[in-house]
Amino acid sequence: MSLFRNIVFAAVIAGLLSGLLLTVMQSFSTIPLILQAETFETGGEEAGHSHSHEAAPVDGTAAPAAAHHHDDEAWMPADGFERFIYTAAANILSAIGFGLVLLAAAEALGGLKGWRSGLMFGIAGFLTVSLAPGLGLPPELPGMPAAELGPRQIWWISTALATAVALGLLAYSRSAILAAVAIVLLVAPHLVGAPLPPSHETVVPVDLHARFVNAVYATNLVFWAALGVAAGLLRERFRAGEEAFAGSSGRLASR
Amino acid sequence: MVTNSASTAIGLSASKILPLGMTALLGLFIVGFVGFSHLEVVHNAAHDTRHSLAFPCH
Repeated sequence: MSLFRNIVFAAVIAGLLSGLLLTVMQSFSTIPLILQAETFETGGEEAGHSHSHEAAPVDGTAAPAAAHHHDDEAWMPADGFERFIYTAAANILSAIGFGLVLLAAAEALGGLKGWRSGLMFGIAGFLTVSLAPGLGLPPELPGMPAAELGPRQIWWISTALATAVALGLLAYSRSAILAAVAIVLLVAPHLVGAPLPPSHETVVPVDLHARFVNAVYATNLVFWAALGVAAGLLRERFRAGEEAFAGSSGRLASR
Repeated sequence: MVTNSASTAIGLSASKILPLGMTALLGLFIVGFVGFSHLEVVHNAAHDTRHSLAFPCH
């Protein structure tokens, strides 16, 4: 189990550090824009909120409004410090989760050997999780119309999966056929197309959204680079109990 | 060194498959819970993270 323990340890520390960095970057970039967009959301939907959601289909935004149910009874963190703490926790948890997957994939493909290979895997993570799904489903501000949540999540996950496999094939296979398969995997989700809302009409200003999209990509690129570098450096450090594996069947049995 | 599986060019040893698979599953579970759970409370707590990481939201 030393491999599992070492990878989890490295992922937790790398996720903690990069998640904190992400939170700091977000609090100067994306979060002020989210809060600004929410002023439009509550302003624009006040009438819909005070009445029933079920009776919504009177205007063009009916479908997104119905999908966009902020249940009044559900708990949510209070604005300000509490909300910041939950965002920080969610960022760090996500970063640890991404770190675990990144390290597992890297280990299966030969292992991280220092910060440089970590950086490469971090950039691959950015391409897989931020850029490729974002081409079809751009980062969204609250109050913007969107298709049903379920199909969007399925498209997002499929796109990330296909992109990850494609990048792996491109980087680790010498076969021209597999490279062609990789290109098909990269392009196919975008030919299929992400589920889109019937109308893109929104009260959120276009320039606010443009700034938000830029901020999301910029913060995510730095975050993934930091996560990859940290994972690479930490993985190098935590190898306790693994070095001895050459010819030691006893250790294998203890696993 | 344990046997390499012949099917992969990289030579992923069989003894690594279980720990690496568990690691990846744990990571996917965490990301799935924070970013994709339909529970209203989880959505509200992770709201700004979901938007800022461009997860499908709402």
